[in-house]
Amino acid sequence: MVNILVDSYSVLWEDLKILRHLWQRFLITGLMSPMLYLLAFGFGLGRGINMEGVSYLEFVIPGIVALTAMTTSFGSAGMKLNVDRLYYKSFDEFLMAPISPLSLILGKSLIGVLRGLIVSLSFMIIGIVISPMKVNPLFALTLLITCFVFAFMGVLAALLAKSHQDMSTFSSLVILPMTFLGGTFFSVGQLPPALKVFLYIIPLTHSSQCLRAVTLGHPFPWLSLLVLVGFAVAFLLGCILVLRRTSI
Amino acid sequence: MITTEKLTKVYGEVKAVEDLNLAIGSGEIFGFLGPNGAGKTTTIRMLTTLTKPTSGHALINGFDVLRQPHQVKKLIGVVQQHLSLDRELSVRENMELHARLHHLKLSERRQRITELLEYVELTEQANQVVEQLSGGMKRRLMIARALIHRPKLLFLDEPTVGLDAQTRRRLWELIRRMNLDGTTVLLTTHYIEEAEALCGRVGIIHQGHLIALGSPLELRQRLGLVTLETLSNNRDTNYHYFPDRTAATSYAQGLPPEVKTIIVRESNLEDVFVELTGRKVGDD
Repeated sequence: MVNILVDSYSVLWEDLKILRHLWQRFLITGLMSPMLYLLAFGFGLGRGINMEGVSYLEFVIPGIVALTAMTTSFGSAGMKLNVDRLYYKSFDEFLMAPISPLSLILGKSLIGVLRGLIVSLSFMIIGIVISPMKVNPLFALTLLITCFVFAFMGVLAALLAKSHQDMSTFSSLVILPMTFLGGTFFSVGQLPPALKVFLYIIPLTHSSQCLRAVTLGHPFPWLSLLVLVGFAVAFLLGCILVLRRTSI
Repeated sequence: MITTEKLTKVYGEVKAVEDLNLAIGSGEIFGFLGPNGAGKTTTIRMLTTLTKPTSGHALINGFDVLRQPHQVKKLIGVVQQHLSLDRELSVRENMELHARLHHLKLSERRQRITELLEYVELTEQANQVVEQLSGGMKRRLMIARALIHRPKLLFLDEPTVGLDAQTRRRLWELIRRMNLDGTTVLLTTHYIEEAEALCGRVGIIHQGHLIALGSPLELRQRLGLVTLETLSNNRDTNYHYFPDRTAATSYAQGLPPEVKTIIVRESNLEDVFVELTGRKVGDD
């Protein structure tokens, strides 16, 4: 167990070094799209609209936090891995190191988790300054699990991709629809039942439901949190399976 | 050190490597020679656990590459054909990453990195980002990195491709020095003079098959130590091989007068190679 953690840290160490060199750039680029969503939807479109008894701004901020955690974790874990694996082949060096597949997957995912947390928490702080909201440890826990779900998903996508195009196709087909449909900008309760079922299949809906329940003071949807944990475990196992089979 | 038994890798319809039987001893510098696509890199990838063989076995120091990859990984150092460095990290950071992945303790890590950067003459560049290094420096860094955990066996896949003559010779020197220090070396190359300069034994691989095996001298002896090149009227160069110069000269004297140019020279590994594979090295 200790070995797995030490090895994971060794793998993470590489990306931490780069993060230390470039953290300002990462933070600014990471905050760009949530700030634009906030301006366009929160202040622009949503002005004067009430959702679930609160202002649209209050409603939408936890949704944007959820989608920021998703896109940042996915991108930070997946994109560099994809390039390192297919283009620079530097991922081979990790494959030839005497470390377990689990350590390798954890290490490669942790940078996504870390960057996802940094950017989404920074955005949440901005959100609280604009419109005071309740937060508690469950909010942080949900965010952490969300980051793990999408970091594992990013690693899985990067391990499966056969080209850079595959990776952006995956983003367009999976991440982009989730950004808009995952209970981020509107209330899932407003939708017809058939669509609702679909939205509960995608992980981001559960993240935004949990986060929003905390900030609006609603009862916490434990089942959604459990579903998120399920997704995280499933993606992690998927990664390990793919890595075991990998043979180029 | 390395034993393979009917090692085979099939990609779809293509047999990249077929029934490779090989035994490489401890302390050797062994060279794999072959045209592009002959199966050299596939073989190295199988021996270094990256590619799973379709059938057959490969053992590194008695450990099976498929079933005991963890033990194999501890024994080997690998310099890939690609410059597989992290370009955003510095020279020292690249070394440190590798040292961490190979479980070197902090004090040993520092000492080993300093020592190896000295060894490959990159001490002054230690804090430069890899992106800024020249091709030869990147190659040397790759070698230093591969040596960090004191591997017993070093794989070098096309170590000098694309380098100028000076850098190439420096790398040869480095490879010989490592070998003297006790590392077994397996390298692939399609520069024949490289195999001649470095390798105690050479295996020529062609279309996935090992077609010749021996020391450069043995292989030349099999063909003839002296080559006679003739250029006749129809502008074709013909090659003839003889055990010694006397035999070559007496043959040349018997040639008809329309054969204009006659060159008598020592045969080399390239002659062996071309005679065996029927085409120039590097052809696809």
